Amino acid sequence: MQFAVLMGFVLAASSPLLNRWFGERTSLLLALFPALLAGWLFSQAPLVLSDGPQLLEWSWVPSLGISLSFLLDGLSLLFGLLITVIGTCVLVYAGGYLKGHQDIARFHLALVAFMASMLGLVLADGLLTLFIFWELTSITSYLLIGFNHTDIEARKSARQGLFVTVAGGLALMAGLVLLGIASGSWSLSEILQSDDDLRQHALYAPMLICLLLGAFTKSAQFPFHFWLPNAMAAPTPVSAYLHSATMVKAGIYLLARLQPELGGTAMWVTILSVVGATTMLTGAFLAIHHTNIKKLLAYSTIMALGTLTMLLGIGSEYAMTAFVTFLLAHSMYKGALFMVAGILDHETGTKDVTAMGGLRSVMPVTAVIAFVAALSLAGVPPLFGFIGKELMLEAALGAERVQLLLVLFAFLAAILTIAVAAIVALRPFYGARHETPQIPHEAPLSMLIGPGLLAFGSLALGLAPAVLGADALLTSAATAVAGETLPVSLSLWYGVNVALIMSVVSLILGFLLFKRWDSVRAQLARLAPVMRHGPEAGYEGLMNGIVRFSEWQTRLLQNGYMRNYILVMLVVLIALIGNSILLRHSPQLALSLDVRFHEVIVVGTMAMGALFATISRSRLGAVVSVGIMGFSIALIFILFSAPDLGITQLLVETMTVILLVLVLFRLPRFSNLSTNLERIRDGAVAATMGVLIFLLIITAWSIDQFESISTYMVENSAPLAYGRNIVNVILVDYRALDTLGEMFVLALAAIGVIAMLKLRHGETEGKATDSDKASVKEPYDG
Amino acid sequence: MVKSGTIILNTAARFLMPLQLMFSVFLLLRGHDEPGGGFIAGLVAAGAFTLYLFAFGVSATKEVLRMVDPRDLIGAGLFFGMISVVPAWFMGQPFLTAQWWTIPVIDFKASTPLIFDIGVYLAVLGSVMGMVMALMEVDKDEP
Repeated sequence: MQFAVLMGFVLAASSPLLNRWFGERTSLLLALFPALLAGWLFSQAPLVLSDGPQLLEWSWVPSLGISLSFLLDGLSLLFGLLITVIGTCVLVYAGGYLKGHQDIARFHLALVAFMASMLGLVLADGLLTLFIFWELTSITSYLLIGFNHTDIEARKSARQGLFVTVAGGLALMAGLVLLGIASGSWSLSEILQSDDDLRQHALYAPMLICLLLGAFTKSAQFPFHFWLPNAMAAPTPVSAYLHSATMVKAGIYLLARLQPELGGTAMWVTILSVVGATTMLTGAFLAIHHTNIKKLLAYSTIMALGTLTMLLGIGSEYAMTAFVTFLLAHSMYKGALFMVAGILDHETGTKDVTAMGGLRSVMPVTAVIAFVAALSLAGVPPLFGFIGKELMLEAALGAERVQLLLVLFAFLAAILTIAVAAIVALRPFYGARHETPQIPHEAPLSMLIGPGLLAFGSLALGLAPAVLGADALLTSAATAVAGETLPVSLSLWYGVNVALIMSVVSLILGFLLFKRWDSVRAQLARLAPVMRHGPEAGYEGLMNGIVRFSEWQTRLLQNGYMRNYILVMLVVLIALIGNSILLRHSPQLALSLDVRFHEVIVVGTMAMGALFATISRSRLGAVVSVGIMGFSIALIFILFSAPDLGITQLLVETMTVILLVLVLFRLPRFSNLSTNLERIRDGAVAATMGVLIFLLIITAWSIDQFESISTYMVENSAPLAYGRNIVNVILVDYRALDTLGEMFVLALAAIGVIAMLKLRHGETEGKATDSDKASVKEPYDG
Repeated sequence: MVKSGTIILNTAARFLMPLQLMFSVFLLLRGHDEPGGGFIAGLVAAGAFTLYLFAFGVSATKEVLRMVDPRDLIGAGLFFGMISVVPAWFMGQPFLTAQWWTIPVIDFKASTPLIFDIGVYLAVLGSVMGMVMALMEVDKDEP
């Protein structure tokens, strides 16, 4: 399983190459990957169903208890299947949708990388592994929303999605760390199996709040829902995949995963039910404001996400069954509808449903697919969506807390959703033909397979849930969410009950709303001044505030003069080190004056070099004298028998001098800018710093808190690491991870230097175009 | 503007550069037991190219580098560093555990630390050369 996920990343990285070799067939080729994985997951299903959760462990850093272990139980199986099956459909569909697009390789790269990250997220057993994959989905989502990077709106939306989800990701990290501390384990399977009750733990409330922040931002819950409709700037396959079927459900997944351990408290039930229900109604209500088909679907996705959260909050057995059923149903019909929206946009050249009409005759297949999928969205029997909606209403009716509110919200949302379904499925295809920017044709086969499969899957699952294995799959998923065995047996007919009556009434009201949609929308337009003060305005305000604050502190601290930068840094250092040394450890000046003559000479040379560098009136002179200091330090290393350090110091000194010489030509003429007063201030700061460093070294020498590690390294470098050069053994073996980090720092620094020089280079030659400048200076104004 | 091309420097650079490069590889390979290692070797190699750069200018040096962009060297270095991490996984050991193999005929000790050190070497070489060449190129274009 680990291989499958890692292979995904390898495949993503090689997709530019594959595109070069296979051209337009690459999408189909890449689609084989999720298809094979789906097959493998199906083959694992009987094992999971009969033997319970499967744990596949791969040791990573055993000394810290971190491992790359994956957990396959009912819940991750359900999610894994959604990711791979819909992923296959979407990749095939994207091959048609983006046919001939020049950047299709970039699209494949980000999409396959996302697929692998999302799989890793739902399969992860380690808390840290989960977090890493969680962040990877945010990053790949950012790349995909901003796919049309020349469009300023796309860039803005991508950034907004990233900021909201990554800010939530930070909270999530805190929450996961608290969870790890409270439970004493970093493995989800251990946490879920342990007997201690985390609900009684003192850290429960802060932990829950942090985790919920992470989940709510990712899954676009009110008041963080605003990023999702904006994410519709992405190409439609992305919207179908990330922003309806999979990524936005990551937060829901996390909540479902933790429900057996953290759920059921008053806090959990209240927050999840109320936030979920509010999100549900907000999404459904905002949906009918819009005529853009993708926005309509996006808001209806928010409604679905809210419903899922609400169901987790209610937490009864009914709610759990409803949760897994609704999850599956929604992913299928919403994926199909998004792909239909993409077809319409692709063929007509517009996303506005009011500008389309009568397309049934030219796009009959698309019309049928849209109709079936929309029936499922509306919750009309015998579609699978009907079962999901029945169970949801039933669960709301059985809620223990805030029952009335939940039922009312659920009923209203159902009416609005039916209207949305009708708008999406009927408006473009029936009525009079409209002139569209492009002359529409039926979509190519590659774009019909995916949505067709999902739409008719909804129909088949609705007609025969038991035969197709949905019962078994959902039983095992519901068992994982509930934390105890929960048999699911779905059927279309539960008899005449309150839920059914609500369904029928909502269907009628929803259809009436659809009939009067145009006038309703005109009425709603009057609300626009109020709507402008939504949560998104808060986000914009916050972002502008951050920019203003950073401008202010940049003007204050980083005014572009090197001397001020150094001054600020040194003063901060003095404050921190001085505080620590003088208050915590009173330095003891126990000096032994056992120094040799040659040592005095070397140190004296260094001091002279330093002195000359400060009073020199030419830059070259200063460089040379700083070089003298460096070489003297190398000499000291060699005197104290550290040849490696000595050689390194010599080489670094040489390189520094070369680089300085190259830079010197670029500096303005040497001139005297400081007043005498400033000079005294600088001198004082420098002297204080020197004294402090001296005290620091003396203190570090006199405090002996731990046994020195060097004896261990000296003794073990040859037998354990097969190397006699201890410095090198430390660098490439004992502390290789540190070195790896330093390599990345070095690489980034070099790339930064190169980029700055080349950028300047471009500007002096007048190469920078207007768009380049715009992308650099683009402000965060709304 | 850095002036290139005095006869002594040119002649010296032509002979010194291959020697320095060989020396850097020598330092790299023996680094695990004797003073040396990827960082030092990378700096020596960068020194070799820099000397050549001073003597013959940017375009000649680019030819010597055979179209290898220093930025690609950085990437290659990071790549080597990363892949040296992987073999331990296949052996069922913790992340980054060193693996050793002996190549029989020449009795050479191959290991993941060596691969890692090669990564360090390339990253250092690429970074320094990238910076130096960027600085030189800017100089060249200025009046």
